[in-house]
Amino acid sequence: MTAVPFSPDRADPNLFGHRPGGHGHAGVRTEGGSAPKRIVVGYGFWIFLLSDIVMFSAFFATYAVLVGETAGGPTGAQLFDLRSAGIETACLLASSFTCGLASIAVSVRNKLWFYVAMAVTCVFGLAFLGLELKEFASLVMRGAGPSRSAFLSAFFTLVGCHGLHVSAGILWLLTMMAQVFAKGFRADIERRILCFALFWHALDIIWVALFTVVYLMGASR
Amino acid sequence: MSFQDNQSLTPDSAPGDEYAEGNGIGPAVLVYVIGLALATILTATSFYIAGTDLVWAPSIPVALVVLAIAQMGVHLVFFLHITTGPDNTNNVMALAFGVLIVVLLLGGSLWIMANLNHNMMPMDQLMRMQR
Repeated sequence: MTAVPFSPDRADPNLFGHRPGGHGHAGVRTEGGSAPKRIVVGYGFWIFLLSDIVMFSAFFATYAVLVGETAGGPTGAQLFDLRSAGIETACLLASSFTCGLASIAVSVRNKLWFYVAMAVTCVFGLAFLGLELKEFASLVMRGAGPSRSAFLSAFFTLVGCHGLHVSAGILWLLTMMAQVFAKGFRADIERRILCFALFWHALDIIWVALFTVVYLMGASR
Repeated sequence: MSFQDNQSLTPDSAPGDEYAEGNGIGPAVLVYVIGLALATILTATSFYIAGTDLVWAPSIPVALVVLAIAQMGVHLVFFLHITTGPDNTNNVMALAFGVLIVVLLLGGSLWIMANLNHNMMPMDQLMRMQR
């Protein structure tokens, strides 16, 4: 290996990828300089996602502590429908897969496949949300709303918070499709798509913990 | 050539970066297909185990937790592309810190609350004393 000489034209070491020749895309980190902006943005968003997961872990802890406090009301085993939870899981997993295909389409600059993959992701996400709302509505109709017991408050907080994240993700997804339509695969748009893909995959990871702890363990309790 | 120089010559990769760029989309798609297949198998196993009588009942929650952690690992590796490579050190360190906080938060809450529950007087007894 040979040493890379320090280049004096990299005057500001904290440019964060704003190279004299434009935005750093998939460049190699040079001696004495900072990482390309894509790396810095992805890393920063990764740290946000981890803090989001920490927040969810607090909701999980609350749920696990309160799961037995049903105040004489219905328990999870009486309320949860594993069939519906299974379909929701399949929807979210499939949408995570198509979201991955969309980021591949971005890396090969194929607009058509990007739109198709994102649209399929959106449909699966909406199907997930629809099923979840249907479940919430049926629980409230049966008198098992969030005010019934501490267990149900914790349940609606935890699952509802994940549902809110999915709703925000779908809005973000539509925004990214519109931005690619209006502005094309610009470097900044690509970074936003990278962050969106990370967000969507992270939601699926949280759902894995959620269906295990809430639905599967709740039903077998 | 010092270790530091070696490190700085390695391109960093953002979480979510594809493995092979400019190598055709075949390998990249394959990564997602493998991830989807593994995740589907693990999910199906979880749902099967939760409703079966074939497994010794007290072992079911443990099996479910193990399967869930395995599936999170699959998602991290195949969908988020968090690897153990030298270009991924920062991402892995951040993840390790996040996992530490989550474990402390979950484990600590459950431990303390179980203790409180255990040491608290049963509610009906408490009511009788207040009369």
